[in-house]
Amino acid sequence: MEFRGECTLKLADAERIAEICGFARKDMGFDYLVDISSVDNYGDDPRFTIVYHLYTHAQRCHLRIKTDVAEQKAEVPTVTDVWRTADWHEREIYDMMGIQFRGHPDLRRILMWEGYPYFPLRKDFPLAGKSSDVPEVAFTNTTPMMGGPFVTIAGGKDSIAREPRVRIPESDSISMTGRVERREDIKDAHGKAFGPGPIEKKP
Amino acid sequence: MSDEILFSEPAGRAAQGAEELRDMVGEKMVLNMGPSHPATHGVLRIVLELDGEIITKAAPEIGYLHRGDEKIAENMTYTQFIPYTDRLDYLAPLANNVAYALAVEKLLGIEKQLTARCQYIRVICCELARISSHLLGMGAFALDIGAITIFLHTFTEREKIYNLCESLTGARFTTSYTRIGGLARDLPPGWVEQCRQFLKEVVVNFDETETFLTRNRIFVDRTQGVGRISREDAIDYGLTGPNLRGSGVDYDLRKAHPYLVYDQLEFEVPVGTTGDCYDRYLVRIEEMRQSVRILRQCLDKLPGGPVNVADKKIILPTKDKVLTKMEELIHHFINVTQGVNAPPGEIYFSAENPKGELGFYIHSKGGGTPHRLKIRAPSFVNLSILPRLLPGHMISDVSAILGSFDFVMGECDR
Repeated sequence: MEFRGECTLKLADAERIAEICGFARKDMGFDYLVDISSVDNYGDDPRFTIVYHLYTHAQRCHLRIKTDVAEQKAEVPTVTDVWRTADWHEREIYDMMGIQFRGHPDLRRILMWEGYPYFPLRKDFPLAGKSSDVPEVAFTNTTPMMGGPFVTIAGGKDSIAREPRVRIPESDSISMTGRVERREDIKDAHGKAFGPGPIEKKP
Repeated sequence: MSDEILFSEPAGRAAQGAEELRDMVGEKMVLNMGPSHPATHGVLRIVLELDGEIITKAAPEIGYLHRGDEKIAENMTYTQFIPYTDRLDYLAPLANNVAYALAVEKLLGIEKQLTARCQYIRVICCELARISSHLLGMGAFALDIGAITIFLHTFTEREKIYNLCESLTGARFTTSYTRIGGLARDLPPGWVEQCRQFLKEVVVNFDETETFLTRNRIFVDRTQGVGRISREDAIDYGLTGPNLRGSGVDYDLRKAHPYLVYDQLEFEVPVGTTGDCYDRYLVRIEEMRQSVRILRQCLDKLPGGPVNVADKKIILPTKDKVLTKMEELIHHFINVTQGVNAPPGEIYFSAENPKGELGFYIHSKGGGTPHRLKIRAPSFVNLSILPRLLPGHMISDVSAILGSFDFVMGECDR
């Protein structure tokens, strides 16, 4: 499959990825692993795709290998014995997506702290984060998103859910308490609601 | 214990001292070089296990500056993400902007439509960012080793680059200068002369820095032979940029896969021989000189003409048309609210950033926001060699090695 001059190989069986990568390194000369990425196709089955970007210095050529991983058994053999740089890349994928790498020398979280219970880059993890109850870690509540830069896309199907004014804040978020959202709830000193908004003026 | 001071054999003396300590104590010490440390160039935590003064194990811990940029990118249009790219490698923000814009343009398939003026100005931005980043890298490297004067010398030149950035983009630091399909604005009048004047002054500064450091006995003793990375290790661990070239691998993306107008410019790529800290330092100094050479050629060859792509669906139309004509108004509205309409597909584009190869893997399902944006950060990969490199060195070598690596935690953690 080619797109914009790049060559992508789609692997049918995720279990053989280590074998294929070993072959790529020894026989095809792809001595350089540029990057391993993971994509969450939320709603598709299999859910995850792992993307390996290979490069050969001798022929100056890139190659991309993709393989799908199902959600139930999110496990793939590691390619750390082929390229030692895969070590940290795979740790990051485990940290962010939750895909385990069988045979990895030291599979633990790299960017998030130890004991963090979620996998942040998954599509069902909200952008504001979820609060977690880890001792000795500060700032484990959700991010205050009010007035933030995340404006919904006009016409997007989830705009109701994403519009900050409509979204019900998580109850354990400190910054959300006491903050009033709808115009009708804002009352003046006498307990009367303020006058109608600009749209509601009758001609 | 012998009273002889062996300057030429620090390892031998250290081994002797370690043996004696071991007889006395018999235990290894775990030292935490914590996230808040002046020599770690940002928030990097290294847990060192020491046997006397020699490191036996090193475990770097990153993630203290993790801001979730990749998750944020999934919720923003391509143009809205540009300010986030400034903050990746915050020492060379223009280079990040250019790399990201080129990646999105590759996805859209419009990289051939970029105007010549835009390409030359982007090269100028990248090379200014390279000089700025290496100046800071070498200044901080010298500072950690103990040559404190160099830091301020290089910073006076960086101030001039900041002034240039400010007149060009409006901000010294967080530039957000490129847009998809072009640039935010054209060069201000008089900028080219200011840049030429700066180039005259900065070469003098390079010579001064080299006088201080390159043949300085103490500097050479502290950096030569320290942090040696073999060629095979460098390729295996995925190093890029001056770290890779210091180890003898001639791989520079500007020459290997030229983007923008690098194939029309004459410059050389310095490659080291031994892969130790001293080689990486020399590579960076020479790279700065080559950047000045590239900049002089660009300023001479700078063509006139428009700076943005002519396609109204990608670049915002000018305000006078937007406020008077219907079609431009619609284009403006859709571009701002929904973003540039990218085709479904995936690309990987990498640029030669000062720190290494900054790559963007964009997986798009159509529309204005990416489905997945992965940032291949050079500092992330460069740091992964530390557990292999540090053991065997002494504690005081750690600051030399970290300084010579020239990493940025903003990029590493994203």
